[in-house]
Amino acid sequence: MLAENVIEEEKTNLREITYAEAIREATLQEMKRDERVFLFGLDVDDHLGIQGSTIGLNKELGSDRVFGTPLSEDAMTGVAIGAAMAGLRPIHVHIRMDFVLLAMNQLVNIAAKAHYMYEGQVRVPLVIRTMIGRSWGQGAQHSQALHSLFMHIPGLKVIAPSNPHDAKGMLIAAIRDENPVIFIEHRLLYNTKNYVSSDYYSLEIGKARTFTEGKDVTILAVSHMVIEALRTQKLLEQVGISAEIIDPVTLYPMDYETVSESFKKTKRLLIVDNAWLTCGLSSEVMAKMIEMLPEGIDGKPLNMKRMGFAHTPCPTTRELEDYFYPNAVTIAEQAYQMVTGNKLDVSKLSLEDAKEISTFKGPF
Amino acid sequence: MQNIDLTKRLYRSMLLIREIEEYIVKVYFTDVIKSPVHLSIGQEAVASAVCDVMNHDDLVSNTYRCHATYIAKGGNLNEMMAELYGKKDGCAGGKAGSMHLIDIKNGVLGASAVVGTTIPVATGYAFALKQEAKKTGKQRVVVAFFGDGATEEGCFSESINFAALHNLPILYVCENNGLAIHNPIQNRWPTDRIVERVGTYGIITDQVKSGDVFEMRDRTQKLMNFVRSGKGPAFIEIDTYRYKQHVGPADDLNEIYRDLTEYNKWYQNDQVDRLEKMLPEEDVVAIKNEVQALVNEAQQFAEKSEFPKFNDLYSNVYAS
Ligand SMILES: Cc1ncc(C[n+]2csc(CCOP(=O)(O)OP(=O)(O)O)c2C)c(N)n1
Repeated sequence: MLAENVIEEEKTNLREITYAEAIREATLQEMKRDERVFLFGLDVDDHLGIQGSTIGLNKELGSDRVFGTPLSEDAMTGVAIGAAMAGLRPIHVHIRMDFVLLAMNQLVNIAAKAHYMYEGQVRVPLVIRTMIGRSWGQGAQHSQALHSLFMHIPGLKVIAPSNPHDAKGMLIAAIRDENPVIFIEHRLLYNTKNYVSSDYYSLEIGKARTFTEGKDVTILAVSHMVIEALRTQKLLEQVGISAEIIDPVTLYPMDYETVSESFKKTKRLLIVDNAWLTCGLSSEVMAKMIEMLPEGIDGKPLNMKRMGFAHTPCPTTRELEDYFYPNAVTIAEQAYQMVTGNKLDVSKLSLEDAKEISTFKGPF
Repeated sequence: MQNIDLTKRLYRSMLLIREIEEYIVKVYFTDVIKSPVHLSIGQEAVASAVCDVMNHDDLVSNTYRCHATYIAKGGNLNEMMAELYGKKDGCAGGKAGSMHLIDIKNGVLGASAVVGTTIPVATGYAFALKQEAKKTGKQRVVVAFFGDGATEEGCFSESINFAALHNLPILYVCENNGLAIHNPIQNRWPTDRIVERVGTYGIITDQVKSGDVFEMRDRTQKLMNFVRSGKGPAFIEIDTYRYKQHVGPADDLNEIYRDLTEYNKWYQNDQVDRLEKMLPEEDVVAIKNEVQALVNEAQQFAEKSEFPKFNDLYSNVYAS
């Protein structure tokens, strides 16, 4: 779906693979390259293997390096931290982001601070892989996107790739990084495909990706909202508006240069977070833009808007869930309003089906 | 000698759970229920036996696999079905879905999708009931249901310790189906001595391995009498087995994590079938008809109920 949008510099050995396969390939390549890397977490070694992203790795690499755990997220995170301090490079997986809350004490009080508190004498090169849930009535406790909690904490890096190509390159970068990295996946992305090189490659942490260039409005979108924003871009094209779609990929440290450059060009910034707005990524981006562009653009105050989850827990019933999330149409309406000052009439536009949403039926 | 009233009660309770869930299995493919469902088919005996020794004003705290305990405790069936359908008349207005059934009026405290997290909450409720009993002279109790997997969470041990320390009126029921999603207990515990471990907190414990619903009930009854006397908490581990996949309506017997010998052992010892054989035919027919009528009524109630509206999204975020 994203294929035409990810244009990589001269990659050979390109094939279309899914997000889950890309993550699996990154893990396997990195584990073969570096024997210090190990993979653990509930169900990483079962026959479904975290949506396929860890499938068979225990057979290939052995159960010393790939293993399941008891249901003990807090202690297991501490175990990962200890192992990392001792020189290993753990990847700790959670099938839902909500469970990382049980590990918050270890992550915030120990992992994020150890290097600093020991004046550099220990390192915690740890990757926490975690999944945002959505759809099929996952309910309030399985549909949370908590990246801003992690972004708030000095010492943690936060990555949220929106497509297979970035997922592979960023996971490898995260594993190689010397710090605790929160690697955020999305349930609806696992089956999406794009072109990914079978070569070993890593991408730069802290570098945004511009998907489409545009001149009328910059849409900065996060995680699954990138997919919605790319659909929005096609809607806007039909009414003669060209949108520049930016995916920060790394949420902390964020590539504000790319955002502000684009903003200066299009003069309009719409932030579409895949999360709540209050004290969130969007608040931070807006604040940052005001700091970076104190004079406004062309002497005018900054024109920024933001969208995200309704400020409610996520409801289960589909009727309400549809109101809870932004979608390609609501994003297009907002962008159109910003550009023209008018209301968009979507009735005549042709809209791509959101297949990853409409075909999803769980059960996981 | 068989106590025929008891047999009828337990049979009715188990059959109602099974038939409601079989109904869910039957309609799930039509997408009227858009919610992950964790079914208890095969495990009905535990909820039915334990709830049989509870009073109406006692409380159960359950897990995301909560249909059985909700039904056995006397939760409102119509509201349950409407909740599964995502409707406004559901027990949580469509906001909660299958994983979080609640019916405070009938003593169903609700459930969490995050394993183990209801155990301390149930313990806190018991703490309040202990205070309440000082005023009313009547000791209500809480029964906290959870799976074997939940015993691995820190808050399980932490809660038991606190309950023991404060002699709280709570019965902890570990429904041990030997699995956490696809992960057998042997991969998660070096020994299966859960009961012994819990015993070291100084509370009384028991265990039922037979799968026999009467034995479950008798053993629970003894612990319940103790808990209700206000002397402190108790713990029981009850072995059981789920026939369906962890989440979803399908059979997954072909998947490699299953031990078919284990499955067959439990299937042959199915308590719904067993009690059906123990009862006179006219009783069985009457109960089956009654249960069928209840399932039909729940279905019609759910179908007729309306979906919530946009404004409902924002209701009850904050209490006023
Ligand atoms: C804290 C937490 N960790 C992991 C999960 C994922 N998960 C959902 S159900 C489940 C299995 C729990 O097994 P058990 O407690 O034995 O209950 P059962 O499903 O067998 O009834 C797991 C691991 C979760 N929901 N919450």
